[in-house]
Amino acid sequence: MLLNQFLLLAAALFSIGVYGVIARRNGVAVLMSIELILNAVNINLIAFSAVHGDLSGQVFALFVIAIAAAEVGVGLAIVLAIYRNRHSVDLDELDLMKG
Amino acid sequence: MLTHAFLIPLIMAVSFVVILAVGKRLPKGGAEIGIAAVAVCFVLALATGVGWIQRTESPPPVEHSAQEASSEGSAAAPGEVRTAAAEGSEEGAGAGEVHEEIPPVTRSITWLQNGGQEITVGTMVDGLTAMMLVVVTLISLLVHVYSSDYVAGDRRFTHYYAFLSLFTASMLMFVLTENTLQLIVGWELVGLCSFALIGHWWEEKPNSNAALKAFLVNRVGDVGLLVGIITLYFAAGGTFDIATINEMANTGEISQGLLFVASCCLLTAVMSKSGQFILHTWLPDAMAGPTPVSALIHAATMVVAGVYMVARLYAVFWHGLNIGGTNINVLAVVGTVTLFFGALLAFVQTDIKKVLAYSTVSQLGFMVMALGVGAWTAAVFHLFTHAMFKACLFLGAGSMSHACHHSFDMVKDYGGLRKHMPWTFRTFLVGALALSGFPLLAGFWSKDEILAGAGQLGDGGYPVMLVVGILGAMGTAAYMTRAVWYCFYGEPRGAAAAHAPHESGPRIVGPLILLAGLAVVVGFTNLPDTGVLSWVPEGAALRFEHYVEPVTPAFPSEATVGPDFGHPEFSIVIALVSTAAAALAALAAYLWYWRGAGPHGLTQRSRVARAGYRLLENKYYLDTLYETVIVGAVKGPIARAANWFDQHVLDGVVNGAGTSSKQVGRWVYDHVDQGVVDKVVRGSGLGAEGSGQLLRRGQTGKVQTYGAYLFGAATVLAAVFVIIASAS
Repeated sequence: MLLNQFLLLAAALFSIGVYGVIARRNGVAVLMSIELILNAVNINLIAFSAVHGDLSGQVFALFVIAIAAAEVGVGLAIVLAIYRNRHSVDLDELDLMKG
Repeated sequence: MLTHAFLIPLIMAVSFVVILAVGKRLPKGGAEIGIAAVAVCFVLALATGVGWIQRTESPPPVEHSAQEASSEGSAAAPGEVRTAAAEGSEEGAGAGEVHEEIPPVTRSITWLQNGGQEITVGTMVDGLTAMMLVVVTLISLLVHVYSSDYVAGDRRFTHYYAFLSLFTASMLMFVLTENTLQLIVGWELVGLCSFALIGHWWEEKPNSNAALKAFLVNRVGDVGLLVGIITLYFAAGGTFDIATINEMANTGEISQGLLFVASCCLLTAVMSKSGQFILHTWLPDAMAGPTPVSALIHAATMVVAGVYMVARLYAVFWHGLNIGGTNINVLAVVGTVTLFFGALLAFVQTDIKKVLAYSTVSQLGFMVMALGVGAWTAAVFHLFTHAMFKACLFLGAGSMSHACHHSFDMVKDYGGLRKHMPWTFRTFLVGALALSGFPLLAGFWSKDEILAGAGQLGDGGYPVMLVVGILGAMGTAAYMTRAVWYCFYGEPRGAAAAHAPHESGPRIVGPLILLAGLAVVVGFTNLPDTGVLSWVPEGAALRFEHYVEPVTPAFPSEATVGPDFGHPEFSIVIALVSTAAAALAALAAYLWYWRGAGPHGLTQRSRVARAGYRLLENKYYLDTLYETVIVGAVKGPIARAANWFDQHVLDGVVNGAGTSSKQVGRWVYDHVDQGVVDKVVRGSGLGAEGSGQLLRRGQTGKVQTYGAYLFGAATVLAAVFVIIASAS
């Protein structure tokens, strides 16, 4: 069944993205992993939209893409700011909030 | 104007506030505001009077069904026709008197609501109210004008005028009241203002004492007033409305026993406010205030409040004391005793104002006696005439003291003032003659009507009241003659001799002349048309009775209580006897003082005469009784006993309670506080710290750890959902 294949692909992408977010130490790589997660969601939306013949899923996907672009813009700016201060983007070193 | 009568007290109240607020900055210190306000009120009061007269002449149509049921029994009396206005015009002509109904004009608003009980404030205008409005505003206006000269330059001139305004406002509100609750408010306000004005010169101890005495003695009566009003409230089924209470009392809906209790309680209030015997002692002391205030208190505002209240709640007194059916009742007795002993006391006073004060006591006794014998109109008429000549006399006394170094001692400081103060002399003489009942002057008509009432009304007349009344009239004539002699004749003494007295200014003499003129003419407002005066045309006779006496089912008139209620007829015998007796007394006084006839020096020679004089001089030792016995007992033994009780019993209890509670407190501290509470507190603190230490390990500060938590938690949640979904 076609839908199942789409969902499996999306699940794989999502898992890779989560792994990247949790395990990567480079801030830029984490941002890229977040993109993976978002795109996994997009695949799901479009798959369901195509199966049900309802266009609103595709509209949602467009919104997600727009917001993801904005999010990456903000995220890269933060990474850049951190790099300027510390000359490093290693997330393990960022533990100012330690309790 | 009948429905807008509330404006009258309102204007005076506003005047009070304005004078207090800006009076000091005005060129005349606030007097101009007071005078203007009271002048406007006087005009409005006249308009109210005219409005009421028109209403009496052409009464509004009455719904008749309600009254007919209640008055059927009494309306059967022969000759009494109780008809609606339309039928009355033909039938009434034959029956002599027509009893239409002229309901008072009431207007009220709800002041507050509490548990279904509506408390209203409002006005009720009828003949009695309109008459009182005119009297109060007239006297007050003259007093205002007079005061602008008399107290000029006083250090509290502005406050004086402010309180005059408030005094007038209170009295006007009191006479306009439509429910008993508002009546109490007016009553107390009048008492408060009299306190403030009597103690106007409070720097001198006797003055502030007199003010306190007036206030405290009045408090005694106020208790009676409260109890009486509350009794009436419950007796009438929970209403404060005066018209309803009167009507229920009049139609027998309230039992006579309750009415008796209520009227006795209210009588206490009347005794204190209207200076009836044994509670009259504050009245002469109240002379400590400025003279115009005395005139206002005695003529218009304060002391007639009691008489007015009896007249207003007359159905309660009539049925409560069974005035129509017996010829002895407590109201008449109180009045009779007062009029006689008051007149005697006026004899031995050396202070002109105290003579007049006791004279007021005596005249108030006449009014109360008249109410007691059932001569309602006579009492109210006497109130009306008395206001004119008593105000005239008081203001005259003030004028004299103005000329004689502010002294009121007529024996030491007056004498021979006739030549120096011709206008004061003339007006004072007219006032004295009117008070003594000189034929055709105001006091003659009203006093004669009272005496005729005592002779003819009730169950076969009140012979004792009649005789004592004539004796009182004799006393009045004699002490007024004495006062006139001491003031105006003989050789000038003391202050009058020290420097030549001069006539007072126009603002003092003007009111005097006006009042003297009124003292001459107001008597003709109630000209009788019976007896030898039957030639008086009907349109001119008994105008006062016609307009002032209420014609409603709430008033014990002939129509509602039958022939028990009557109007005394003019009796030439009583008139002649009382006038002759008064003339005789005046003649005796004349001979004694002018001619030096009679046993002078008797009080030095005879032990009995001296004892009698001493008794009078000490005012029957009533003040001594109050001060030494009652106050002394309270201050001495009773206070000491109370102190012992306080020290030993009360303090013992208090100390015991204190000690035991301290011990209880210590035990509680040791065991409960230290043992239980503190442990709980510490335990919770330790617990919080431990859990905090535990939790802080999770707070690594690394965003990826948090992300891991987030995804882990989401996974767990998803697993739970999957399990639940597959299980169901």
